[in-house]
Amino acid sequence: MQRRHFLQTGSALGAMGLVSGCATVGGGSGPKVVVIGGGYSGATAAKYLRLWSEHKIQVTLVEPNDSFISCPMSNLVIGGSKTIAEITTPYDNLTKRHGVTIVKDRVNSIDADKRIVKLAGGTELTYDRLIVSPGVDFMWETLPGMNKAGAKDKVMHAWKAGAQTVTLRKQLEAMPDGGVFAMSIPLAPYRCPPGPYERACQVAEYFTKAKPKSKVLILDANDDVTSKGPLFKKAWAERYKGIVEYRGKHNVTDVDAATNTLKFEFNDDIKANVLNVIPSMRAGDIAVNAGLATANKRWCEVDFLTFESKAAKNVHVLGDSIQIAPGMPKSGHMANQHGKTCAAAVIALLMGKEVNPMPIYNNTCYSFVSSEDVVHVASVHKYDADKKTMLAVPGSGGVSSAANELEGRYALAWARNIWADTLA
Amino acid sequence: MKIQHALTAAALLALSGLAQAQVDPLHVRSWAASCAACHGTDGRAQPGMESLAGANKDDMVKKMLDFKAGRKPATIMHQLSKGYSDEQIVAIASYFAAQKK
Repeated sequence: MQRRHFLQTGSALGAMGLVSGCATVGGGSGPKVVVIGGGYSGATAAKYLRLWSEHKIQVTLVEPNDSFISCPMSNLVIGGSKTIAEITTPYDNLTKRHGVTIVKDRVNSIDADKRIVKLAGGTELTYDRLIVSPGVDFMWETLPGMNKAGAKDKVMHAWKAGAQTVTLRKQLEAMPDGGVFAMSIPLAPYRCPPGPYERACQVAEYFTKAKPKSKVLILDANDDVTSKGPLFKKAWAERYKGIVEYRGKHNVTDVDAATNTLKFEFNDDIKANVLNVIPSMRAGDIAVNAGLATANKRWCEVDFLTFESKAAKNVHVLGDSIQIAPGMPKSGHMANQHGKTCAAAVIALLMGKEVNPMPIYNNTCYSFVSSEDVVHVASVHKYDADKKTMLAVPGSGGVSSAANELEGRYALAWARNIWADTLA
Repeated sequence: MKIQHALTAAALLALSGLAQAQVDPLHVRSWAASCAACHGTDGRAQPGMESLAGANKDDMVKKMLDFKAGRKPATIMHQLSKGYSDEQIVAIASYFAAQKK
């Protein structure tokens, strides 16, 4: 009777009940989870769902790219000390070692009522639970000139590692000595708070070696450096004296790509040889179009115990798309932590077990102020049952006392480890 | 000195009993997974980082408590260890000690 009831409802819990205790691997009988987006959060969730369910949950990862290109470390490609190949990891181990089904496609739409994901290629995937981890997309509507023909091919954001990263590097190589590289930073929150400042260091180091008369001009919409401020300012003042200039409260309102000109809310126009415009960001298009971006139509609010969306049942949102908890950065490391917390919760929900009532996880973020010397910021975040959010643990965390080479080695080891933890 | 050492050991033992009695092992697994971003899945690290899988539990606990108390210098672990209770440290160390190297 019980068994029949389960079969009739076809519920995930029922399916799980039928397979639990037997050693069947795959076979198409377990609950189905679809993951949209194979970045730091989505790929981690896919792997750990398989690992921790002992392969009882069927996991399909929808990802349009051939391989994973890491945003962390991509500034080293722009600085010239790493190649794009060195920060690229194939997805095949997720399939070979963990049995994740990878579908190379884009998602057109999500039907949360019918629990169906419709792909651009026409395929429809059904799910018991859906994980949406599309990262960020850019608010191009805030920069009208960037929507003109050819503008996006000329002015790079390079804020999603890949072709743009390589193109920006080539633009810097082609720039004459004595030229100006100007980068604009949007108001927080944006992906990777210290990333723009690390990039400025990387370009400055390249200039000191190859084009010493050139300048790096940082135009920040924020009042001041948003992360590791004293450490970056020390690097600019000491290592890159006369090369880096930082200007806060410079909010870019438009870009003229034809003349390489930035326009600002309050300041005079600035023209440069190479522009790098990092636009304002919001949750990935897929999440916004599915109605998941409930915070200012920009970020997706979630329950921090499960990462289930506050807007749609059985739909979880991870990584840079979420409305962050206080003090929680939008970082690859944090996204990896989201992936595991969500994987454990989804397994518990599908198996009718208790969800971990006290998640605790950390963030570790290294920034290269040169090709060898590194500074970090670290924090530990714990669930607060009263406030129903993640909060930084008082007294924990901090930054490096000074840039150092030992942390340079740790940063590279961090990359090897998190890439393996996420993808291998 | 010896007495102090013995006391610390006794305290650790008491802590470890407490942690194991109270916390769901699956939740401890989730806590430990947080460390995996740097120390490898289940503590089996890639080159350049310390592996935790199969390491001695008491050694790991002592190291973490030393980081936490500022007795042992570090680049980052003195900051991260302060985010965890002693009981959580014992539980997480037990998890890694039980993993295959």
